[in-house]
Amino acid sequence: MAYDKFDILTSSAVPLPIENVDTDQIIPARFLKATERKGFGDNLFRDWRYNADNTPKNDFVLNNSSYSGKILVGGKNFGSGSSREHAAWAVYDYGFRCVVSSFFADIFRNNCLNIGVLPVQVSADFLQQIFDAIAANPETELKVDLNAQTITLVGTELQENFDINAYKKSNMLNGFDDIDYLLNIKDDIKVFAQTTPL
Amino acid sequence: MKKTLFDKVWDSHVVKKIENGPDVLFIDRHLIHEVTSPVAFLGLKNRNIEVIYPDRTFATADHNTPTINQHLPVKDPLSANQLQALEDNAKKHNIRYWGLGHEKNGIVHVIGPENGITVPGATIVCGDSHTSTHGAFGAIAFGIGTSEVEMVLASQCIMQPKPKRMRITINGALDKGVTAKDVALFIISQLTTSGATGYFVEYAGDVFENMSMEGRMTVCNLSIEMGARGGMIAPDDKTFDYIKDREFTPKGDAWDKAMAYWETLVTDVDAVFDKEIAFDAATIEPMITYGTNPGMGMGIKNDIPLAEKLEGGVATYKKSLNYMDFAEGDTMIGKPIDFVFLGSCTNGRIEDFRAFASIVKGRKKAAHVTAWLVPGSHRVEEAIKEEGILDLLHEAGFELREPGCSACLAMNEDKIPPGKYAVSTSNRNFEGRQGPGSRTLLASPLVAAAAAITGKVTDPRELMQEELV
Ligand code: SF4
Repeated sequence: MAYDKFDILTSSAVPLPIENVDTDQIIPARFLKATERKGFGDNLFRDWRYNADNTPKNDFVLNNSSYSGKILVGGKNFGSGSSREHAAWAVYDYGFRCVVSSFFADIFRNNCLNIGVLPVQVSADFLQQIFDAIAANPETELKVDLNAQTITLVGTELQENFDINAYKKSNMLNGFDDIDYLLNIKDDIKVFAQTTPL
Repeated sequence: MKKTLFDKVWDSHVVKKIENGPDVLFIDRHLIHEVTSPVAFLGLKNRNIEVIYPDRTFATADHNTPTINQHLPVKDPLSANQLQALEDNAKKHNIRYWGLGHEKNGIVHVIGPENGITVPGATIVCGDSHTSTHGAFGAIAFGIGTSEVEMVLASQCIMQPKPKRMRITINGALDKGVTAKDVALFIISQLTTSGATGYFVEYAGDVFENMSMEGRMTVCNLSIEMGARGGMIAPDDKTFDYIKDREFTPKGDAWDKAMAYWETLVTDVDAVFDKEIAFDAATIEPMITYGTNPGMGMGIKNDIPLAEKLEGGVATYKKSLNYMDFAEGDTMIGKPIDFVFLGSCTNGRIEDFRAFASIVKGRKKAAHVTAWLVPGSHRVEEAIKEEGILDLLHEAGFELREPGCSACLAMNEDKIPPGKYAVSTSNRNFEGRQGPGSRTLLASPLVAAAAAITGKVTDPRELMQEELV
């Protein structure tokens, strides 16, 4: 399904300065029972966000009204573990359109790109500067410009470039997905398939 | 140009290269299960398209299934609904479906090799990160997300940038009581959970050459836990013997033709890897994890590392130990445990049950330990019975459950209660992975068996019975 186009996003951000945040934390397995892509945002970070009796844990950042925005900033090695795309869906469904970290796990990064959430990898130093800026002022805004491949701490001169391959970039700018592309080259695929028996 | 095993298989499956973009990679065989496929089928429906090659997809129910009373209707309505969706989707699209109770049913990565779906040189994907298991046969196999499941159903292709190549070589001989699981946990503890991100790993050297096919599957299975997309081992006679005459492997002339190709599937001498790492087999001990990611593992007799010795990430490290209620410098030996889980696609095959049985034979399960022994498939379950292992387990006070993923991800009823410690042969010790608040110690079937008997973390070498090993 084609998704929303992404070009420039300027928003405050939610900080999660924890390393190795795995997809079991992003969305625990017991919430994967749906057969539709709906409502996963309610269970984003479920066990960090709620007590066993479903009351919110006050010390978790998503329960702190000082922090909001469309950008999630996580510690190193964000999204490790399971291939569940539900993790990316939960991030999207909650309202995030961009995740910033100094390092992403492979499958999670891919899953994000496939559903229109932009993973932005920055240097460890820049990540720390972002965390520090948000700690000093929760309303700090980040500006992510996909076309220019830059991320900026608004109101400062601090800016970094980030990498994304040209194909994925153009997909995100245009809101296209891979299936659109693959369906267009179906004839080539059928010819290829004859060369490789089951 | 000299090529690695990985290059040979990858390059021969590229339908198209996109400049500054991913490769369009043809997928030979696709495995699906109930949890990560329904939204993909919904996508097909919304686009009004069919499955391009239904014969190349195989469906099993495993993640969200009960492991007792499988003959009864599934109680949890959400799980039942998900299982029904898989069955309906498979039927509608003419996909082979091995649901609950089917003789070929089991964990997706156990039944693939059992039925000859997994063959050397193939590209295999599944919406489960431990798809890397199938690399044990010299296949390129890796986990994908649901959007990609939809791509494969629609076009038999996915779009991926080609990963970099890493080779991990371990020469020498493993000590008594050191299993494939220990080798894998050792590597992850050295590389960390992100040490191989962006790479596809080839395992080489004496240790892997001498390893059984099932051991190789355990090692390749855990490749993802160091961040690698997958791992693979060059096929050899052991590989060919294992797959010969299985249902979906080629037969007759087709076998001979396939063999001629498979025998070329080795890394050329002088082929270049982007990264090479080597370890000495003699340094590997039976392993156990003490933290909340698989990289937090150590030799079972060691003490939990001190935070001050770390290079960074101290806050995350302390959070992790706090969750486990362990302290820096603690020794793991002697820590009391509450649960033992033997199973999963990592260690749920017959050799794992044999190893477990070799320790518990003639002994009794510790009274306070709850043990869940869950075979990876019905075939494994049958072998457990046929080989007399079941009787031996019963005598020692254990029960056998029915096949499925079970407490590996705790989507069904098999959840470790909050605060309880489980020695688990599965693959992830993340917070809450085995149930909200659960505390997981990853280890081999031998370590699990020793813990089940003594009720605490125990060096399995002390309980090994010579005549059985
Ligand atoms: S046993 Fe665990 S890792 Fe293996 S397929 Fe099932 S859930 Fe995935």
